[in-house]
Amino acid sequence: MDYSIKIGGEAGQGIQTIGDTLARVFSRSGYHVFTHQDYESRIRGGHNFFQIRFSDKPVSASRDRIDIIVALDKESILQHEKELSDIGQIIYDSSGLKQKHEKPQFLDIPFVDLAIEHGGSKIMANTVATGAVLGMLGMELDILLAIIKNTFKRKGEDIIKANTAAAMAGHDHAVKQCMKCSFSAAPPSKPKMLIPGIEAIGLGAIASGCKFYAAYPMTPSTGIMNYIAGKEKEYGIIVEQAEDEIAAINMALGASFAGVRAMTGSSGGGFALMVEGISLAGMTEIPVVIALGQRPGPATGFPTRTEQADLNFALYTSHGEFPRIIFAPGTPEQAFYLTNKAFELSEKYQIPSIIIFDTYLSDSEWTYEGFDLSRIKYNDYRLRGEAFANLPEYKRFAFTQTGVSPLGVPGETRHLVVIDSDEHDEDGHIVEDAETRIKMVNKRLFKKLPLIKKEIEPPSIYGHSNPEIVIAGWGSTYGVMKEAADELSANLDIAVLHFSEIYPFPPVNKFNYIKTLEDAKMTICVENNATGQFARLMRAETGYAFNRSINRFDGRPFTVESLIGEINVLIR
Amino acid sequence: MSSLDDYKGQTPSWCPGCGNFSILKTFKDAMVELGIEPHRFTVVSGIGQAGKFPHYIKCNTFNGLHGRTLPVATAIRLADHDMLTIAVAGDGDCYGEGGNHLMHAMRRNINVKLFVHDNQIYGLTKGQASPTSMEGMVTKNQPFGVFSEQLNPMALAVALDCSFAARGFAGDGEHLKGLIKEAINHKGFALLDILQPCVTFNKINTYEWYRQRVYRIEPEYNPEDRIEAFKKALEWGDKIPIGIIYRNNRLTFEERMPVIKDAPLVKQPFELSKLETTLKEFY
Ligand SMILES: Cc1ncc(C[n+]2csc(CCOP(=O)(O)OP(=O)(O)O)c2C)c(N)n1
Ligand SMILES: [Mg+2]
Repeated sequence: MDYSIKIGGEAGQGIQTIGDTLARVFSRSGYHVFTHQDYESRIRGGHNFFQIRFSDKPVSASRDRIDIIVALDKESILQHEKELSDIGQIIYDSSGLKQKHEKPQFLDIPFVDLAIEHGGSKIMANTVATGAVLGMLGMELDILLAIIKNTFKRKGEDIIKANTAAAMAGHDHAVKQCMKCSFSAAPPSKPKMLIPGIEAIGLGAIASGCKFYAAYPMTPSTGIMNYIAGKEKEYGIIVEQAEDEIAAINMALGASFAGVRAMTGSSGGGFALMVEGISLAGMTEIPVVIALGQRPGPATGFPTRTEQADLNFALYTSHGEFPRIIFAPGTPEQAFYLTNKAFELSEKYQIPSIIIFDTYLSDSEWTYEGFDLSRIKYNDYRLRGEAFANLPEYKRFAFTQTGVSPLGVPGETRHLVVIDSDEHDEDGHIVEDAETRIKMVNKRLFKKLPLIKKEIEPPSIYGHSNPEIVIAGWGSTYGVMKEAADELSANLDIAVLHFSEIYPFPPVNKFNYIKTLEDAKMTICVENNATGQFARLMRAETGYAFNRSINRFDGRPFTVESLIGEINVLIR
Repeated sequence: MSSLDDYKGQTPSWCPGCGNFSILKTFKDAMVELGIEPHRFTVVSGIGQAGKFPHYIKCNTFNGLHGRTLPVATAIRLADHDMLTIAVAGDGDCYGEGGNHLMHAMRRNINVKLFVHDNQIYGLTKGQASPTSMEGMVTKNQPFGVFSEQLNPMALAVALDCSFAARGFAGDGEHLKGLIKEAINHKGFALLDILQPCVTFNKINTYEWYRQRVYRIEPEYNPEDRIEAFKKALEWGDKIPIGIIYRNNRLTFEERMPVIKDAPLVKQPFELSKLETTLKEFY
C-alpha cells in the first residue's frame, strides 16, 4: 500500500485542516506518512495544496502520482488532474465549483449540502470531505471521530455532534457512490508520531533546556516561536517577540549572559540583520543558537517557497574571525537531535551555532516510532552558586589549555562577570596591545577549533556499500535523494551521501567519505540552489570536486521523479 | 556596606574636563549611598565614549554593540529580575543607532534604568552631528549645518507614556545624584537624559552654555500630570528644566510575565523528564 492524496484550494478554504487531520488519522493508524505543502504568500485566494503520502513501508518524500485529489477549487482540477494515478479519483463538489465532470475518475460529493443537512452548517463541508476520503480508502471513522472530539472539546457537545454527523455523511456517501474506488488501506497498527521539521526544532530547543527565545516573525522560521510560545508556561520559558531581528539576537545574548540557554531564529532577511550580533557572540564568547530558515532570495524572494541558497551566508556571516557551528538537518528527527547538539556544543565551547533549514523541511511532516530522550544531552557548563562563589578569583576570559574559560553567571556571587565587544584582556576590559590580541585570537579561535572539529559526525551513507554512483547533498534533500536511490538501485550501484553536520567540515577519520567518492565512477552533488554552494565548500575544505551537479532553483523542492529524471540524463 | 573604593575601576581614557567624569563620580556616590554592591548590578553599555563607562567602575558588565544596549538589558531583566540592570548609552548610541529599541523599551516598561550621556554630538567618532545636535550646528560632516530638528527625548518619553523620564546635568552633581537614585528606586523603565558637555567636539553646548540655561524644576511641579509633563518636556532654549519631568506607576513587564512570578528564570530548574508528556502530543 502506497497512496498519495492531494488537497487543493484557495488560501483560507481549509486545506491545511483537512490535510493535518488526514495525516493524523494515517499516523495514528500506524502508517508511515510524509506530507508537504505548497502555498502562496497570501491569506486568501490563490492556489495552494497539501499533499499526503502514506504507506505500510517507510516514506521520506512525496511522489508525483496522486491517488485522491480533493479539489476545493477549479485550479486543483486544471493543474493536478494530469497527476492522477491509474486508479486515481478526484472528489469535488459540483455545486461549489459550478462545474460538472462526467469522466469516470471524477466523484461529485456535495460537501456543502451534506454539511448543511447533517451538520447544520456549511462550515462542516471540510469535515464531510475528510470523512469522504476515509470512506474511499475503506477506512473506519473511529480515529477521525476521536480527533473531532478532542479538537472541539472546548466548543461543546453540539459542535462535536455536528462534526461527527458531517464526517459520517461524507464517509457513507463515498462508500456508496465511489464505484470505481479500488483502494484498500492496510490493517492499522501501533500509532506513530507525526512531526513537521519546524516543530522538531522547537521541541529540540525545549528538550535542551532553552529558557529564552526572542525573534521577529518571518517565514519559514515563525513556527519555532509559535511552538515554543505554546509551551512557555509549562516549561518556564520566556518567548519575546522582539521589535526587530537586531533586537532578537541581542536579547538572546543578554539572556545567555545572565545565565539561561537562549535562542533566536529567522529567515535570510532577518538573519542579515543579526549579522553584527553574531559577531558579538563570537567576540564575547556567549553561547547562542540561531535557526536560519532558508527561502528563495535575494531580498524578499519567494516568501513561502523553498531554497538552499543561504549556506554561504551562514558560513561567512559576520565580520572578524571566530569559530561557529553549522548543522543542516535532513529530517525532523535530525532536526530534533541536532538542535540539541547545537545547544550542547554552543554551551560547551561558548560559540554561536546555526541550524540551517528551509521551507521544505519546515513544513514537511514525517512519522516515527518515537524520539529517544536518552539520546538528549544536557550538561550545564555554567559556573553558578557555590561552585562559583568558592573560586578564589574569577576572570571571564581566563587563558586555559582548551581556550574555554569558565562561564560564570553574574549576580549570585561576589565575582564580577565583565564582557566586552572590544578586544579585551582576561578580565574582560578593553585593551589595545598586540600581545593580548594574539593571545585572545589563539584562545577564541585556534585552541577551540580542533576540539570542536572532533565533535562533528561524518556524513551518512545510504545504499550500495561500494557505489559506482554517489548522489550527495545536505539538509532537506535527504528524503528525496533516498527515495530516488531506492528506485534506481534496481539497475545501478548507487548510494546517497548526506551531510547534516556541515561546519566545521566533517573530518575523514571516522568515515573516509572522500575515498568513497573517489572510488565511484560518477559523483553528483544535488542542491536546491543555482550555484552549488555545498559543492564549492567541499572543494575548499577537502580539495574534492564532484564531477556532476544537479541544481534546482525555481523555488520548488526536488521531487523523486524529477531527480530520477535528471540523474538518468547524466548517466546515459 | 560598600565604600567608594569598592567601585574603583580602570583609569578613564576620556578627555580632560569631559562631563563624563562628573557623571562617573556621581554614579559611584549614588551607589554607595544606595548600598548596592558591585556584583548586585549589571551595566550594559554600547559603543562611544559613554559606552566605556562600566570599565571605569566595578560591576558586572556587558559592553556590547553600538546602539544595542536596550535589547541586551531587557533580556537580562527577563532572565534575572533580581539583577539591577542599568543601560548606559551615548545620544548617538541610543537616539540614533538604537532608536527603535528605545521606543519599544518604553512600551514594554521593562525595569531597566537607561542613562544617556547626552553631549549632543558623536564624541568617539570625532564630532559628527547626533540626533540631539541643535539645528544649524556646523560640523565636518554637516558643512551646511544640521537641517533636522533636534530630537526631544523628554517629549518622546511623555508621548510614549514612559514610566520615568528625567533630565540631569553633569555640571550639577548633587542634583544628578538625586535623579540617579530616584531612577534606580523607581519601579519601571527609567530614562535619565544627562546633559554632558563635550569639551573637544561640541563648542556650542558648553558648561557655560548649559549653566546659563538649566534650572532645577520647582518642587511644586507634579510629574504625574501627563499634560503638564508634556509642556515641561517642550521647554528648551533659554531655559532648560532639569529634574523629573514625568513619572507614572504602570505595571512592569516583569510583573506581567507569569513565567517568572515565583522565581527568576535563571533560578528555575530544567527537567528533561517532562518531555515524555510533550512527545505524546505528536501521536
Ligand atoms: C554599527 C556601528 N556603527 C558605527 C560605529 C561607529 N561609532 C562608534 S561610537 C559612534 C557614535 C558615538 O556617539 P555617541 O553615541 O553620542 O557617544 P559619545 O562618544 O558621544 O559618548 C559611532 C558612530 C560603530 N561602532 N558601530
Ligand atoms: Mg554623544
